[in-house]
Amino acid sequence: MYRYDEFDHAFVSGRVEQFRDQVARRLSGELAEDAFKPLRLMNGVYLQLHAYMLRVAVPYGTLNSRQMRMLAHIARKYDRGYGHFTTRQNIQYNWPKLSELPDALADLATVEMHSLQTSGNCIRNVTADHFAGAAADEVADPRPYAEILRQWSSVHPEFSFLPRKFKIAVTGAERDRAAIQVHDIGLHLKKNGHGEIGFAVYVGGGQGRTPLVAKKIRDFLPEADLLTYTTAIMRVYNLYGRRDNKFKARIKILVHEMGAEELARQVEAEFAELRGSELTLPESDIAAIATYFAPPRLAPRAEGWANLAQWKKADPEFARWVQQNVQPHKHPDYGMVTISLKPIGGIPGDASDAQMEAVADIAQEYAFDEIRVSHEQNLILPHVALADLEPVYRGLVAAGLATANAGLITDIIACPGLDYCALANARSIPVAQEISNRFGSPERQAEIGELKIKISGCINACGHHHVGHIGLLGVEKKGEELYQITLGGSGDENTSIGEIIGRGFEPEKVTDAVEVVVDTYLGLRRDPSETFLAAYRRVGPQPFKDALYGEKTVAAA
Amino acid sequence: MADKVLTANRLSDGTSVWLDAAGNWNERLQAAFVARHKEAVEALEATGRQAFADNQVVDVNVIDVEEVDGVLRPLRMRERIRAEGPTIAYAIGYSGLAATAA
Repeated sequence: MYRYDEFDHAFVSGRVEQFRDQVARRLSGELAEDAFKPLRLMNGVYLQLHAYMLRVAVPYGTLNSRQMRMLAHIARKYDRGYGHFTTRQNIQYNWPKLSELPDALADLATVEMHSLQTSGNCIRNVTADHFAGAAADEVADPRPYAEILRQWSSVHPEFSFLPRKFKIAVTGAERDRAAIQVHDIGLHLKKNGHGEIGFAVYVGGGQGRTPLVAKKIRDFLPEADLLTYTTAIMRVYNLYGRRDNKFKARIKILVHEMGAEELARQVEAEFAELRGSELTLPESDIAAIATYFAPPRLAPRAEGWANLAQWKKADPEFARWVQQNVQPHKHPDYGMVTISLKPIGGIPGDASDAQMEAVADIAQEYAFDEIRVSHEQNLILPHVALADLEPVYRGLVAAGLATANAGLITDIIACPGLDYCALANARSIPVAQEISNRFGSPERQAEIGELKIKISGCINACGHHHVGHIGLLGVEKKGEELYQITLGGSGDENTSIGEIIGRGFEPEKVTDAVEVVVDTYLGLRRDPSETFLAAYRRVGPQPFKDALYGEKTVAAA
Repeated sequence: MADKVLTANRLSDGTSVWLDAAGNWNERLQAAFVARHKEAVEALEATGRQAFADNQVVDVNVIDVEEVDGVLRPLRMRERIRAEGPTIAYAIGYSGLAATAA
């Protein structure tokens, strides 16, 4: 993984000391809140319902065990012993004291971590496929390009005060695991007919109150032009993006109002001006960054196949976990392990300090010291020999991290919701917990198959409800919580925005409503291989409306 | 007019606090001074503005409450959760820094 050079170290340490001075001046009263708030936000510090919240960046979701141990240390020393992994591949702490945050950031800097650009109207933490560098279907590792974008965008003076926040995601495989089409810029690494690496470029996707799927504005951008073309997009956005209305300020609105064709024309014109400038990436620079992400030396471990067969036969729970949480690796003797942060009835994305330490231990011993955070709020060990799966599993069981539900109905994404968040209108976590408990039996989950439920506690959609196969949006109506259901959303290579199915449900009825949707699906699917999403796309919303609201229902507004 | 109390978050640590009858910021809603008429509400608002200007607290708001059997209850769920904490068991096994510092 990328290692800081002297510039990086000095830069991050310098920012910590700047922030230490800013906090001291705020606490002494020298700085007023209005002046301080943008400064704390630039350092990932929010004020939530009960306390400050610190959001720490995990660039493209990649961590080593030393960094994971530091996250555990931050949880223990500055918080209440846990952290919350987010849909942006970051981690949030819910209880830090403002007065202690400079020390926390200084501790993070010792392991090359920080909280820069996790807030504010800048280019945020660049996200990537959590199976990067390991997936069998990968054309190229997206992380070197994400790292190049990170270096280029960090406190970039031209793009630090954009009309609104800006999110870039990169994937290196046909199967999109980074949800690139619901990002401001989505980059899909591919090879052209000559075998050259480049990107399909998508612009203007996003969720929030106006969910829109990104438009492809270029089919193939040579890798050398990554920064040139991205700069061209940013300049067009900076010039024409609306600043008069916060709710219309994202680039998706510009794409929608200007039209993708016109936007593409403007971007291409700017690109033509910039092309060949110092923004062009030399091949040697790309190669130098790529070496940081070279895969570990994976020795043949063919004995794992026989071991695995024996272990699976001896322990059905282990077999179920392998079936659900281990994906094929590009090396046949290895697998990619999903560590579920979705225990049945638990809080999606939360991990205790002890669990983080356990993951660090396992990664160090069995997984080449590599850990990833997925945007689905799980952790990943991208390189594990099949021959080591059994001890890895035992370690995860001991840490309460071996729930075999990756991609199943209890693998729920949920934002912090009204239990923590100052913006939320309704709670997300208790809803996720009740659904998880309702569908928690392994047999029932297996029968239902792949089904992604995503829950947001407000229209900002941090819980990605718009792209949930079943999405739940919490709203406040007459002082009470109400949950609107959307169906048919998806955040993969066939991205779609879920459709609102009808009037909302009270908290005590929403799990029943989800069960009705699931039972309806089970009753109408052609066979168990037809997933919920495939079935929904085949039959449309009406059978689900009928089941939820009675026959001959009219779609609610 | 609904009964009202003054709430904010303490600057230094962000903890939710309510203004009590002695003019202190208290961590318990139940200790809050309740304003029941216009003049009292205006006094709360003025106190809040001053406390914000004095850099004691941030995010200062007057909120609606009701008193049921002597217990104050905010009308909005958001404020009930602010007063009572998350509605979920969020840090199972956590027993404070002292227990883990060794």
